[in-house]
Amino acid sequence: MTRKTPLYDWHVELGGKVVDFAGYKLPVQFDGIIEEHKAVRNGVGIFDVSHMGEFEFKGPQALEAVQKLIANNAARLKVNQILYTPMCYPDGGVVDDFLVYRLGEARFLFVVNAANQDKDWEWVQENTGEFDVQITNQSLATGQLALQGPRAQELLQKVYDHNLEEIKFFWGNSEGRIAGQECLVSRTGYTGEDGFEIYAPNDGIVTIFEAIWEAGKEFDLQPCGLGARDTLRFEAGLPLYGHELGPKINPLEARLKIFVDLEKDDFIGRDALLEVAEKGVERRIAGIEMKDKGIPRQGYPVEVNGEEVGFVTSGTYSPTLEKNMGIVMVKKEFAKAGSKLDIRIRKRLLGAEVVKIPFYKRR
Amino acid sequence: MYPEELKYTEDHEWVRVEDGKAYVGVTHYAQEQLGDIVFVELPDLDEEFEMGDTFGVVESVKTVSDLFMPLSGKVVEINEDLEDSPEVVNEDPHGAGWIIAIELSDKSQLDQLMDSETYKKTLE
Repeated sequence: MTRKTPLYDWHVELGGKVVDFAGYKLPVQFDGIIEEHKAVRNGVGIFDVSHMGEFEFKGPQALEAVQKLIANNAARLKVNQILYTPMCYPDGGVVDDFLVYRLGEARFLFVVNAANQDKDWEWVQENTGEFDVQITNQSLATGQLALQGPRAQELLQKVYDHNLEEIKFFWGNSEGRIAGQECLVSRTGYTGEDGFEIYAPNDGIVTIFEAIWEAGKEFDLQPCGLGARDTLRFEAGLPLYGHELGPKINPLEARLKIFVDLEKDDFIGRDALLEVAEKGVERRIAGIEMKDKGIPRQGYPVEVNGEEVGFVTSGTYSPTLEKNMGIVMVKKEFAKAGSKLDIRIRKRLLGAEVVKIPFYKRR
Repeated sequence: MYPEELKYTEDHEWVRVEDGKAYVGVTHYAQEQLGDIVFVELPDLDEEFEMGDTFGVVESVKTVSDLFMPLSGKVVEINEDLEDSPEVVNEDPHGAGWIIAIELSDKSQLDQLMDSETYKKTLE
């Protein structure tokens, strides 16, 4: 069954090209991926990300349950602070990667990938039985917007009744209102730009969207689809589950070491990751720039002197760099900047060079 | 939107017969579905293909789509401008956005293509 988000009618109204994605009807684009991408880099764009899943953890042992599940350390979060984390299998492979919000001393929120939410929910249930914690799946009742770009704060401040300056990067606030609606606002995103994510119950999110849309007219607020979301995260070097992460890729290979706290007391996957950390990884994620004409795409083989040394995890035309770029998983010795790689694109073998990730950093 | 002097295929390509050659491109509908076109992979000159063969690839930001031979023949011209300006396919799909020209090996195949009216009906 394909679900509609609370903003479905708006997508149609605004001319979105709606596709099925992770069980939801969502717009892949409105006015063109490149145009939307540039609007977020230079102005402000809005995304409906209501498909994301939300699990709330509440109760005396909420922290313990969260700590067992995630690789990063939620104990160091203050109330209203947020972290990014992988959640691992015992062998170090990744169940999912997501944000964890500390909403209270003993209250946490996971915001998980839509495509993984059923699997995640089962995993969370299976592994938290021993704790005194109440976990609720609020995915279907919760809407989410992402307002992203250098002008996001200026626009959001027009409709938000608290001072956004006080919400620092990777912090949130549940007290402010937009158009009278309760909401959780955080300075987070998946684009490499400044911006906010806004959570509210389904009804509220529509009212909130309409208020932002109205206020957004003087900012040329751009509605954005999944296509631009992907190119923006790609340039910013942010991993996408199913591409740079998955059950067969561990977070150390994916360059996510700083989000794995091996010093922390036990968590699922710790033993396996400790072993990887001691031995060192055999392969890792790297960025590439195509030197020959062609676009690397997920799954294309990477070769050096005719020997296969890895594969492409993501690739596209970068609207900001105006170049064809890729992210690859290759043997460690070929992952250094400057390494020359060949990408097998259909019948051809095309030259590429390893470059630093992220491809784009905001000034 | 769909010029009457062109012939069309179910794969949303068009053919224009001119000076004994058949120019081939993708239709307005195709470019609209694809979105921003960022790369066109062209065949080599003198390559020969059968009707229905894949002769190239057109890539948008998100998608990779094969180009199919609307007719059998030999490639006698390629639109090299597309190497640096693939967006021309979006901007002028039935004109400057042509992709290849072929020398037909069987002119009777032209009868199998649709005229503009018939093609428009397939889009409804």
